Amino acid sequence: MKIFSELKKNLKNDFSNLKSIKVALLGDTATQFLKQALRGTGFEYGLDLQIWEADFNQIERQIFDPASELFEFAPEIIIIFQSSHKLLGKYNKLKPLQQNSLAENQLDLINNLYSGIKENLNAKIIYYNYAEINDAVFGNYANKVEQSFLFQLRKLNYELMVFAGKNTNFFIGDLSSIQNQVGKPAMFQTSIYINTEMVLSIDVLPLVAARTVDLIGALYGKFKKCLILDLDNTMWGGIIGDDGLESIQLGNLGIGKAFTEFQYWIKKLKNRGIIIAVCSKNNENIAKEPFEKHPDMVLKLDDIAVFKANWDNKAENINQIQTILNIGFDSMIFLDDNPFERNIVRENIPAISVPELPEDPADYLEYLYSLNLFETASFSVEDSERTKQYQVDAQRVILKSSFINEGDFLRSLNMVSVVEPFNTFNTPRVAQLSQRSNQFNLRTVRYTEADIELLINKEDVFTYTFTLEDQFGDNGLICIIILKKENSETLFIDTWLMSCRVLKRGMEEFTLNTISNFAKQAGYAWLKGEYIPTSKNEMVKNHYLDLGFKQEGKFWLLDVMNYENKTCFIDRK
Amino acid sequence: MEKDEILKKVNDIFIDILDNKDIVLTYNTTANDVEDWDSLNHIQLVVAIEKQFKIRFTSQEIQRWNNVGEMLNSIMTKIT
Repeated sequence: MKIFSELKKNLKNDFSNLKSIKVALLGDTATQFLKQALRGTGFEYGLDLQIWEADFNQIERQIFDPASELFEFAPEIIIIFQSSHKLLGKYNKLKPLQQNSLAENQLDLINNLYSGIKENLNAKIIYYNYAEINDAVFGNYANKVEQSFLFQLRKLNYELMVFAGKNTNFFIGDLSSIQNQVGKPAMFQTSIYINTEMVLSIDVLPLVAARTVDLIGALYGKFKKCLILDLDNTMWGGIIGDDGLESIQLGNLGIGKAFTEFQYWIKKLKNRGIIIAVCSKNNENIAKEPFEKHPDMVLKLDDIAVFKANWDNKAENINQIQTILNIGFDSMIFLDDNPFERNIVRENIPAISVPELPEDPADYLEYLYSLNLFETASFSVEDSERTKQYQVDAQRVILKSSFINEGDFLRSLNMVSVVEPFNTFNTPRVAQLSQRSNQFNLRTVRYTEADIELLINKEDVFTYTFTLEDQFGDNGLICIIILKKENSETLFIDTWLMSCRVLKRGMEEFTLNTISNFAKQAGYAWLKGEYIPTSKNEMVKNHYLDLGFKQEGKFWLLDVMNYENKTCFIDRK
Repeated sequence: MEKDEILKKVNDIFIDILDNKDIVLTYNTTANDVEDWDSLNHIQLVVAIEKQFKIRFTSQEIQRWNNVGEMLNSIMTKIT
């Protein structure tokens, strides 16, 4: 991680080709350095964060005045930083009898700030939680006394999580965890605080900025989806081919414990929707043996979406994994204990993340925790099903190779699709897909759950979701369309995005049949599409051309009156 | 460490932090003489100096120096 002075030098770089995001920063302490650190870190992440900083201690004024500079700036993201020190200042002024309502009052204020923003602006809020200050007035006993500052601060942090869980556009920047990681002496420097009113030390600024930009990145679709693991000395201690099943290190004894705990971590990631793949230099049957037979293996073959064990170059194997999963290299992480393999992969696939795993396996987990590799801006039930779906994909690839004719293959899949508008049940998945889809996404407009809710009952907006199920299993909701009435003749395709998992299955044609039939019945003459290029969506550059739209300036038009349904092998369920 | 040696190291820190290789400090240099040496950058300079010499200034010291020479004196007393 770059230090603050290096981040500051980034500010002189050319940001013009980066994605720009308008961010407002409001703090009750001085935030100039934080602003510089955020922008400098944004550059490292490929983001041009255009940061408007409120004058010192103006949070309430900016938010409660609809005509304020904040709303004039109209940011997409608002970072609110109310410090523990100012909270302590409030507490200090309270009479003892009022002290036990500090957290509640502060939460009321935060709720009001949130509503104040929501009424004027559709922005995402990042609210820093409170880094602990123990004023040591009660000693350990503070934990039993509701009116102690520590009690109130921790209560507030807890209530903030509850609040964030209920309000989709409210996200927590976890300052408290950062202080936990680096320690308070590293987080806070008294002389700086006394002289500048800044509560973050210069050394911790890059870390705070990185965690914040992680979150911003996740909100804009930049996050990790897949973890590729080596086996020998990464997943277990020892070398399965040499040491044999009985002698590899796993379980509760000695260093085996480190690998077991590591595997539990992988399992939790898998359950939360990260795709787990294996890439190992081994004979496949030997490599699979521990998964099938070792009593202390936490991970089973079921947990692995793609299993590559052979003697080929690892970069080549990872390329194949990428082809099967069809996700960007920049959403993949490769873990290997061997520095040589790490370098080969890094050199051949620059976009993939390859953490510099520590030499001692006992350090693996602590090191990986500190990297915050798996930031996300959403979580839904379907996440936990993802591994299974990718395994099914692999089976489908095998079946396909047995057919000569593409149509025969598609017909054999017995595909059906459920078509529904957005509703309260599918909102989380729709929002998630809107944030995850980078490649098959025509305009890359990102919608959060709150945005989706607004669309549900909006006049002149027509929404569609599509699922796809076949003989191998249900892919779930994989395609989204948002149509907006432009005028009585024209329907504009605001959003057309699809999961790359279902490419080449005729889903595009089925989708177009569905929406052009709707347009025709509703009396429109034209469907109008637009392709907005990003660094990731070149795949759909010719999407409208291929589907028979005619180019008109930067837009594409389809004459729905004379549209004839395209052949596809998907039935509407 | 001699005062001149410290001056040279401090000069290097200024060049790095203020990102300006033309800075030449003397004992008499004040904040007014150096472009970008404002109160905010001052803090960043102080922290970098603390790190370089492995010392800590008190919160009052940081605001008390009238010129570079006085700053160097503070450093001298702490490292000897």
